[in-house]
Parts: sequence; C-alpha cells; structure tokens
Amino acid sequence: MVVEVTKTPGGLAMQLTGEWRALSFAQIDAALEAVDLGGAHRIEITTERLAALDLTGAWRLRQFVLHARQMGAEVAFAGTPPDQLRLVEETLRPLEASAPPPQIAKGFREEVTELPDDAEATLNFIGRQTVTLWNDMIGALAFLGRLTATAARGVPHPRGLRPISVARHIYDTGITAIPIVALIAFLISVIVAYMSAQQLRSFGAEVFVVDLVTIGVLRELGVLLTAIIVAGRSGSAFAAEIGSMKLNEEVDALRATGVDPVEVLVLPRVLGLVISLPLLTVIADLIGLVGGAVLCAALLHMPLDQYFSRVSEAISPTTFWVGVIKAPVFAVLIAMAGTHRGMQVQGSSRELGRLTTVAVVQAIFLVILADALFAVLFLEIGV
Amino acid sequence: MIQPVLEVRGLVNRFGSQVVHDGLDMEVREDEVFGIVGGSGTGKSVLLRSVLGLQRPQAGTIRIEGHDITQLSGDALRAVKARYGVTFQQGALYSALNVLQNVQLPMVEYLPALSPSARDELALLKIRLVGLPADAARKYPAELSGGMVKRAALARALALDPRLLFLDEPTSGLDPISAAEFDGLMLYLQRQLRLTVVMITHDLDSIFRTCNRVGVIVDHRMETDTLQRIVDHPNPWIQAYFHGERASVRLGGAHGA
Repeated sequence: MVVEVTKTPGGLAMQLTGEWRALSFAQIDAALEAVDLGGAHRIEITTERLAALDLTGAWRLRQFVLHARQMGAEVAFAGTPPDQLRLVEETLRPLEASAPPPQIAKGFREEVTELPDDAEATLNFIGRQTVTLWNDMIGALAFLGRLTATAARGVPHPRGLRPISVARHIYDTGITAIPIVALIAFLISVIVAYMSAQQLRSFGAEVFVVDLVTIGVLRELGVLLTAIIVAGRSGSAFAAEIGSMKLNEEVDALRATGVDPVEVLVLPRVLGLVISLPLLTVIADLIGLVGGAVLCAALLHMPLDQYFSRVSEAISPTTFWVGVIKAPVFAVLIAMAGTHRGMQVQGSSRELGRLTTVAVVQAIFLVILADALFAVLFLEIGV
Repeated sequence: MIQPVLEVRGLVNRFGSQVVHDGLDMEVREDEVFGIVGGSGTGKSVLLRSVLGLQRPQAGTIRIEGHDITQLSGDALRAVKARYGVTFQQGALYSALNVLQNVQLPMVEYLPALSPSARDELALLKIRLVGLPADAARKYPAELSGGMVKRAALARALALDPRLLFLDEPTSGLDPISAAEFDGLMLYLQRQLRLTVVMITHDLDSIFRTCNRVGVIVDHRMETDTLQRIVDHPNPWIQAYFHGERASVRLGGAHGA
C-alpha cells in the first residue's frame, strides 16, 4: 500500500508511505483513485513516512489535491508540503494560468489529416497539386540543364569527368547487378516461352514460340526489366547516398571548398549508369535467349541448333539495337530521378526516406513512360 | 558504507588487439556530479556504452544501484534501463517525432497506466522544467537550435524521473553563454531532484563549475579524485590537461573553493 486512509471527525487523514516513483505509477494511481472522498470536509496528508517522491508521483498527488479541493474539501499537509510538489506547482501554474490552455500538442494520439470536404477545398487541393507538379517539372528541367552544362564543361578536360569515380559507379550499378539481372531475365523469358507455347500449341504453331521470345526479349522485356531492377537498386542508392551527405553537411562542405557537387556527385553517377545499363541490357538479352532455348528444349523437344537458326530468322538487323538504344535514355532518367531527389533532402531523416521512395517510384514511372514513347516512335519510323 | 549508485570493477574492453580498458574501476556516489575526462580515443564513449548496457565488456562488473548489468539480459536489463536517463552528444532526438512525443516515448514504453492526457501534462511538465517554452513541444528536432536540442534531450532523459543521469558532452557545440546556462540548469535540477549525474565532458568551465569528483582515463584505467585534488595528480597527461594554457586561468578558483 502507498496510502493509508483513516477516517477522522469531519474528514480523512492520509498517510503516504513507500516509494512514490514513476515506475510504480500504476499502483499510486489505483490507490488514489480508490480513496473515497465521500463528503469529507478536511483532508490531512502526512508525508513523513514517504521513502521517495519523484516528479511523476508529485504530479499525481497534485492532481488528487486539486480534485479534492474541487469536491469542496479543505486539504492541508501535516508539516510543510514536500519540495517536489512545490516544484511541480511552480512549473505548471504559469501554464494553466495562461488560459485558454496553450494548444497542447497532440501526443501519440492520432493526428487526423483533414480531407477536403467541399468543392472549394477540392479545387484548392487540385490547384496546389498542379502547381507542385509544375514546379517539380521546372526543377527537373533546371537540374537537367545544370547537368548538361557541367558535362559540357568537363568534356574538353577528360579529368573533369572524374573517371575514377565513374568507374566506381559502373562497378556499383553494373557489375554487382549482374546476378539479379541475369536471374530475372532468365525467369521472364521462361515464363513468356511457356505461356506462348501453351497458346500456340492449339494452332500447331509452336515453332513461333522462338519468334515471340526473341523479339519480346530483345525489343522490350530485356531492357525494360533491367531498367526497373536498376531503378530499384541504384535509383534508391543514389537518393539515399546523396541525401545523407546533404544531412551530414558534406554537400555544403564541398560547396564551401569551391567544388561543384553536381560535378563530383551527380555527373559520375549519371555517366556510370549510362555506361552500365546498356551493358546490363546486353547480358539480359543473352540470358533471355538462353532461357528460351532451355524451355524450348525441355518442353517442345526442339534441338538447340534448330532454336538458334530460328532465332536468326526471327530477328531483323534492327531488333537488337531497338532494345539497346533505349538503355542510355533510361539510365539518364533513373540517375536523374535518384540524384535530383537526393539533392532535395534537407532537415531530417524522415525527408530522406520520403525522397528515396519518391526517387524510385518516379524512376520506374519515367522509364515506362519513355518506353511507351519509344514504341510509338519506332512504329512511326517503321523499325 | 552506502552502496554506490554506479560501481564499475575491473572493466576490460578490447577490440581485436586494441586494448581500450584494462581493469578500469569507477565508483559514483549518491547525489554527486561525477565528471569523466580523457583524451580523444581513450574510450570515454566505450565506457559509457558499456555502462548503459549497449555493449558487453570482455570482463568486469558494472553495478547500477546494485544490479550487475553485465549478467542481465531481456526484461531484467530493461528494468535497469528504466532507472537511468541519458543524453547523447548530438541529442539523438527521434527526428520523426516532435519534442512532446520524444519526451513521451519512454512513458509510453514503461508506464502504460498513464492516460494520454496525463502523458501530455507530464511531458509538458518536463519540457517546462528544462526551460523550454511550451510552444517548443510541437516542434520537430530539425526546427530546434543546438541549445534547445540539448534541453529537449534532457527533458526526455528525465521522462521517467530517474535518479541517475548520464550526460555525454552536454555542452559541446554550445556557445559559452548557452553552455553556462545549461550547466546552471543541470545543477538546479540535480539539487531539486537529488540526481546523481555522470558527465563526460571536455569543457573545463563545466568541470570546475559542476563536478564534485572527476575520473580521468589514463593508460586504460581511471584515476579518480575530488576536483580539488585531481588537479595535483602527478600523471603527465592530467598535469597537461589541468595546467595547460587553457586551464591555468581557472585553477585559482578551484583551489579556493
């Protein structure tokens, strides 16, 4: 027990005992809740036998005293009230006196984001989003401009393009991505071959499985899937690396040294990816054709030499290049989304997480959008 | 004899072949402000991490209010961790939470009996107590100045009303006036709340103003004495530290006290 209550004529006498500490709050709270004020006029509190009283305990005691006074009881302490109570009193009273109580920040209670509830608010919302989107586009264009200008300045002096740094990024974004890119290209071509074999079998046209796999992988799937994997791997890495450098004031340090962060941080990443993504695409194409060959051999019992002669009949001179030519464009889009969002990080690690997510989502979106535009373009020029 | 609040005996910390502590002893008594001093790389942070139970030493015992934390794990260790408060060098406020939520986090973890409104008021009490304005409660760590971050970290360390408080370089990065204010605040709270404070610091002003006793880490061990006597310790590093150019001005004051 932390409180001993005895009835006196006209009221209560309360003996506080034991440790009144934050960690035994539940016990204290329950004990004080259980005290029956039942029309008591005078409450006397004795704190002599209290072993310890901390601020949490004192705060709860004060709540009790305030409540008792509100109920019309007179509360007095035997001897002087404890110091801790005075400290709580002095700290909290100015806050409570400044009525209305200051907007107490909502703690862990849910903060509900208000949704637009009428037409005006909806319009307002759409307008804001549109302006944000527009500013985003202008920002991205400005970033592309800066990047191009920096690259143009670097070209006459090859060392200005930071070859060592570019090599590092080719390794990070290219070499280390080979296993996953190869695995996914293999599986996807197996899936495509398997599904088309099932459909074409009913027409007795199974041999065209090879055409489907070859053209599908070389023109579209190889480069698109590689770009999406790389957007997830390297787009996020770019945003997170540059973003944490921003938080760490490393980017400011570079600027203060007179070094252009676009030149040392952004450009090498873009160049590295522009070199590594086409190479990854070639690997994906190759593994994709191998995957098709494996499935054709296993499912359609097609000998390998027949498969590859069929492949060379299926492709036209442009099929391979139509796929690979897209890779550098995708690379620029992915690297720009990652580095641009990374450079926008400021303030807190929460921003870092948010912008990294935005970078990846945007990179994938831009890659698919660009792929659609390429499809239309190639149709128009007839390749 | 009264049991020390914190007692470290024969602490050994090694990383590979690099010896950080070799038989370090430390004793912190109730109601004192104990300063830990040492050159860069002497293992002040490793000592703090060991004492906080964040890393296991190779050998030795660490008793906090009698509980040997090197032998504890799980809930038992958690219970001891509720008995001390700590502020880290950079504040280590949770950047996704505002100041009020930062202070409430330990309460949410350890005091489920508190109602949300009680938590709000108790957290606000701690925020006011460290001298932050009430409207700072709603701010996020990124919006605070350096001095305010240190104060908010102190409020969070006091959330569960611990009797033992660890401060890792509490005045580093503050201007001399803010640093003096922080020292004053710490002393005020130490007296009001009868705290035992263990403070890692490089700030000589701070040491001379606040510490009762000082432990200096030299040669992988700790030399401990009262502030008045440690300045006369024969060890050359301690001599250089307390009698270097930056220190000599203050020594008269320390001897006179």
